[in-house]
This record gives sequence, C-alpha cells and structure tokens, in this order.
Amino acid sequence: MNATPVTEKSPLRKPDGRTAGSTRSFLRAKLQQSLAFATLVVLLAFFSLANDAFFTWSNISGILLSTAVIGILALGTTFVIITGGIDLSIGTGMTLASVMTGIFLVNMQLPLVVGVLGGIATGALMGFINGFNIAVLRLPPFIATLAMMLIAQGLALVISGVRPIYFSSVQGFRDIALGTFIPGLPNAVLILFLLAAVAYLVLSKTILGRYTFAIGSNEEATRLSGVDTRKWKIMIYTVAGLFTGIAGVVIASRLNSAQPQLGAGYELQAIAAVIIGGTSLLGGRGSIMGTLIGALIMSVLINGLRIMSIQTEWQNVVVGAVILVAVFTDALRQRRAGS
Amino acid sequence: MSTQLLKVSGISKSFPGVQALKDVQFELNRGEVLTLVGENGAGKSSLMKILSGIYSKDSGNIVLEGTEVEIDSPKAAQALGISIIHQEMNLMPHLTVAQNIYIGREPRTGLFVRARALNQRATELLTRLGIDLDPRELIENLTVAKQQMVEIAKALSFDAKVLIMDEPTSALTEAETETLFNLIEGLKASGTGIIYISHRMDELRRLSDRVTVLRDGAYIGTLDKADIDIPTIIEMMVGRHIEEGARPEARQHAHDDVVLKVEGLNTRHLLKDISFELRRGEILGFAGLMGAGRTEVARAIIGADPSEGTLIHIDGKPVKISQPSEAVAHGVGYLSEDRKLFGLLLEQDVNTNILLASLADYTNRFGFVNTEKGKRKSRDYVKALRIKTPSIHATTKNLSGGNQQKVVIAKWLARDCDILIFDEPTRGIDVGAKEEIYRLLNELVAQGKSIIMISSELPEVLRLSHRIVVMAGGRITGVLNNEDASQAKIMDYATRMGDEKEQ
Repeated sequence: MNATPVTEKSPLRKPDGRTAGSTRSFLRAKLQQSLAFATLVVLLAFFSLANDAFFTWSNISGILLSTAVIGILALGTTFVIITGGIDLSIGTGMTLASVMTGIFLVNMQLPLVVGVLGGIATGALMGFINGFNIAVLRLPPFIATLAMMLIAQGLALVISGVRPIYFSSVQGFRDIALGTFIPGLPNAVLILFLLAAVAYLVLSKTILGRYTFAIGSNEEATRLSGVDTRKWKIMIYTVAGLFTGIAGVVIASRLNSAQPQLGAGYELQAIAAVIIGGTSLLGGRGSIMGTLIGALIMSVLINGLRIMSIQTEWQNVVVGAVILVAVFTDALRQRRAGS
Repeated sequence: MSTQLLKVSGISKSFPGVQALKDVQFELNRGEVLTLVGENGAGKSSLMKILSGIYSKDSGNIVLEGTEVEIDSPKAAQALGISIIHQEMNLMPHLTVAQNIYIGREPRTGLFVRARALNQRATELLTRLGIDLDPRELIENLTVAKQQMVEIAKALSFDAKVLIMDEPTSALTEAETETLFNLIEGLKASGTGIIYISHRMDELRRLSDRVTVLRDGAYIGTLDKADIDIPTIIEMMVGRHIEEGARPEARQHAHDDVVLKVEGLNTRHLLKDISFELRRGEILGFAGLMGAGRTEVARAIIGADPSEGTLIHIDGKPVKISQPSEAVAHGVGYLSEDRKLFGLLLEQDVNTNILLASLADYTNRFGFVNTEKGKRKSRDYVKALRIKTPSIHATTKNLSGGNQQKVVIAKWLARDCDILIFDEPTRGIDVGAKEEIYRLLNELVAQGKSIIMISSELPEVLRLSHRIVVMAGGRITGVLNNEDASQAKIMDYATRMGDEKEQ
C-alpha cells in the first residue's frame, strides 16, 4: 500500500498521472479489507446485543489474548501464502519451538533471553529448512511443509518425553505473555500488534515484501528478471519460521508450560485467518491488515458463540461456514472485476 | 451433385471494443484445400471459432450442403460434420491414442468401457486413414507429429465433412510435414473439404486449391490455384506494396568489440554446439522455424535452463552463469517471447513491473524501498517510451500488447543491461506499435547496447539485423551479413536439417 492513502483518493491529484483507473484499483484493493472489517464490526455488534457479558473489557481482552497465538502464526504465513505457497508446519513447529524453549530454560537452565531466542531460532531453522526444500530441492510447498509438520510433531514428543515441561522455576517467563506492560492489556496482545506493525512494514516497504508479491504474481517472470527467487523464497519461509518460533514462546509463556501434544490444527486456523483476511491462496495478493482482521473475526466468533452457550462442536461448524462465505464473496468480487 | 460444400457469407463478430470480423465470406468445395491467410489479428481464428461453435456470430449465414445451419456449440458443429484441429494440442498425455480419439464416446456396457471394442474401432479408423499408430500407445510417448496425427484422426472420427486445420505444421519437421500432406491428399480424394490456416508460403503454394485472404477482420479476396502468387498474396495480406528493401541503419559503433562470445553450447535434448559472437552496437538476428532452438539458446545463455560444456565470455572475460540473476548481474537481460507467462506480473501495476529488475537500486541497506524515487523513474520511462497507460498504477493486464511489451522493455532499460536478448519482440503487437519497437531497438544499439533479436518474421529480421544467425534442428546452419541475406536465403538455411551445415 501507499504512504499517502488520503491523497491517493483525491481527484485533485490527477494532473500528475493519477486517474480514475488507479483510484479504482486502489479502492478495489481496499474493499476486501473493508469487507472483512465490516464483518468484524457486525459480529461485534451482534454479540454485544445478544449478550451483555460480551462487550466488557475483560472479555474483549480475553478475545485479544486468544487471538495472539493464532494471529502471530497467521502473520508469518501471510508472507508464504502471498508467494502462492503454503506452510502446514507452523502448528506443530510452534510446539517444537515451545518444547525447545523449555529444554533451554528448564533443563539446561540457560538465561531467559538466551532460552527465548533459542526457541525463536528453532522456529526460524525449521522455516529455513522448509525454504531450502522448496526453493532448492523444488519440493512442492504442500509436501515439504507437511513433512516438516510431522517431523516437528514427532521431535516435540521425543524431546519432551511426551511430558509437558513446566516453567514454574523460570523467573519472569510467564510475564512474556501475561505481564501487562500496558496496564490491562496482556503482553501477548502487545506482541501481536507490534509484530503486525513490523510485518506490515516489511511487506509493504521493503524489497523482501516487493519480491514476495512478485513471486506470487509470476515466479518465472520474477526469476527471469534477475531476481534470485531461490534466495528470497528461503528468506520468506524463514520469516514464517521466525513468527512460528515467537508463537511458540508466547504460547509456552501463556500456558506456563510447553505442551508437546498441542499445536496440530493451529496451522489450519492460521491459514483460515489469512484467507478470511482476503489473501489469495493463488498468490500475489494479500495484506497484513486483512490477516489481523481475519484472526480477530475467528476469535470473536468462537468467543461469542461460547458466551451464547453454543456447544463447542457447533463452533467449528460456524467457523467453517464463515470461511466458505468469505472466500466465495472474494471469488465473486474477483470474477466481477475480471469481466 | 454440386461441388459446393460450405458457403459462409456476411459474418460479423465484435468483442467489447474490437470489431473482429466484418461481413466476411468464403466458399469451400468438396475435396479441396482452401487456405486461409492473414496477418495476426486478421480474424482467421475468430472465424474458425465461429464455424466450430466456440463463438457465436453476431450476424451472417452459414450454409452447409445447401441448407442454412446454426452452429451454437462445439457439439452442434461436430454433429454437422465440422471438425477443428487447434493450433495447441488438446490431447490428454496420460491416456492412450484410442482413449483420446473416442473420449466421451467410448463403447460401454453400463459403467464399464469395452476396451477391446474401443481399440478395435480406433484400429479401423487409423488403418482407413493410413496412419501407422498403435491405439494402445500413451500420447506422452508420441512425437509431436504423431500427436498431430491423433488429433486429425480424432477430428475425422466424427465423420467430418469439413476439417479445419489451424497451423498444423508449426511444430513438425520436414519429414513429418510430408506425412501430413500425404494424409491431406488422401482426405481430399475422399471428398472432405479442408480449411487450412498457415503462415508458411511454401506450404500454401503446394497444398492450396484456392486461397482466401483476410485483413483486419474483413474479406479481401480469393485466388484460384492458377493465380496463386506469393507477392500478390502478401500484398493482399498487408494492404500495401512491401518495399523489399527496408534494411537496418548502419551501425554507429562500427568497431568490432565482441561483447558476448558463446562457445560450444549444448543441451541434452536439442542444442548442438552453438557458437557465435555478438558485437557492440549490433543487432544480431536469430532466424529459424519454430522448434529450431532459438529460444532455447537464449534461455541457456541466461542460465534459465541447464546447458553443457558452454563457454561464455562477456567483454572478453570468461563468466559462469547458472541462474538468470547471474546473467543480469553480468548485464544480460532476456525479454521472453511470452510476455504474459514469462515477462510480466499481470496483476501488478506498471510501476511494480518497470522496477522489478532494478529494485535493489532503490533499496537502502536496511531493505527499505525508496518508493518515491522508484515512481519517478517509472514515470520517466513511461514518458520516454510513450507507454500508453492511465498512470503507473494501472494494472498491467489492462494495457494493450504493444504497451505491455514497452513495459517489459522499460524494466530492462531501468536495469541498464548492456546486452539484451529480445525473443519475438513484436509478437501479437499491432503494426503501429511494431514501428515504435523497431525505432526503440535502433536507438538502443545507437547508444552502444548490443541486441540479440529472435524473430520468426523474416522481413523483421532483415530490416533490423546487422547480421543474421540461422538455426535449424538445434544447430546453427548459417551466419549471414545483412547485405548478403534475403528471405529466400534465410529460408534455405532454416530448412536444412542440422547435419548439412554449410561451411
């Protein structure tokens, strides 16, 4: 997106080359986000009216907290999906990262910072290996990350001995997610928003972001333009891995334990958030803002349904239906724009 | 019995913004080959798509064997006995010959296909057509020519009275073409009417009973066999007398610095011992028929495809290139023949496309892109190349072919490559835009850049190239100076099989 969205829309800017055409495509790009945003507002309004307990600070802060982990995973995977790829390893990868954090901090008793960085590095390493397998060995992303998903799941179980690792002995670890640097707001939420800001900057302002979109639009054309697409794809999957690692630390801190059995299924929720946010699985199109809104829509839905005492079993049904509607609406809009 | 099989008159068809066909007419007799010619965009394909039920016409009549017919779907066309063989193959590579021929019409018992009956039927058909093929063979194991035969067999399995062939020989070797022509003779004898679309003048003279010329969607005229004369046809096609003298401007940097030297380039499947030199300020044309290996040479040089034993010198220094990024780092840019597939990010804006190859120049050491500086550069190029676009933020997909090509050129100019390889730079571009591209190429070499231009249009090759490399069958069969070159000479080299290389 552009640095000066206000002037972009202004018809007064036409003399320097901007015309109705560019404004329209700009608006079109915004529409999906505003569509997702409108959905979020409608959901908030609906649940607020349906139940008094919904729109309270403690519940909202709970929603944000429950968004944090999926949200962080979704931010990283947004990059991958914009390239036209997919990363299935982020759920169990997150688990492995949290188990390794436990090993570093509890078993090896390393300093807090080192243990946390070690956990994050675990995620980044997995991402790097994914990137290498996809870009250099040319495995399809689905296969490469499916394999990594199983490897990470297995390793998490083996390394932990299928037992949770508790962080009770580690001073300050719990504060990473649950401390309140800003009073009333859990740090995990702060981390989510900070990471979203960073991801936004990287995706929209840096060369990595530009190449992410370029690869997703037409990888071969990008490669023939002299862009070392192998290198950049490795970097993009490593970025996704970094976010996976951070999510691993955050979830470990929030649960005050590394749960080796957890994590499978998180990747699909994260991917769902990305897609609800308007990022195309075909690549070339997507935004961080959309992903953030997508993740919030999912949390708000689940929380709202829970508050309305709808059975857990039905919650998934509703989320599934929302994904269908979101993607269908988007496809409809695309078709109309295409014709 | 009348000899007239098909009569088409007053056909018009328009698409949003384009009148593809205006009041077009032609007649086809039993047992004849009617060749349809015209430049790209003349309306040949649209007309054939109307006949085969893919497009619906806006107005006009189609009379088949004396009765007026409506062709509103491909199925209706088949039922009437009109079959088309498309330029691009429509076969399923993992199915057998017989399965492909009778797809959707397999002899069945309930849910089960009667394989033996299927193969039996295919054998009969192939025998009748004199095609030597095993119906159980998988399509992927066949040569392109054999696949073409399967397409023809499939088309004729519908008892086609009218067979439309859209550039069937474009991917065939000489010998394969011969086989195809024999088949066509056989079909003629049995009374099938054939509409044959081709760009190759040698074929046209050899095969045609009559030739119908289209230009800009309009019917220009029909020549009988006795009147078929290539210059006349070309004149009808282009609408003006071709000045066979348009030749390149003299090189302004007429010294002989070799900027690119390629030696002993081989690829596993096609290229054999490709060696040539490119000089500073020169346009080096690469001519040859489709499949001769010209694009493959370009892709191997820039490291897009693997090659073996290749020695490349740039400005006299040996270099190793195994990735396009390395080629670009050495100042070699490749503009693909297929802009949409390999050249552009169609869904992205013009700005993104222009800056794609040079983005690093606008990026600080923390990886942040200086958006404003980039945009200024884009606007400069849009202005300099006169790219017609509402703004640099317009989606590239919405530009015309000529302007899209200019965007690709702008991308490489922004990267400031010294050696540019243009692969079919004017394909799918209208005449006016072509002239602009030509002017641009000349300006580039005048500035001291060096260009390799791959082109299938001989007048284009002759007009622009200072020297011409001719390829056939994966080898270089000749290198001509422009002064010594002519269309005939180039075609002569281009049709030599790879091993009869002239010394």
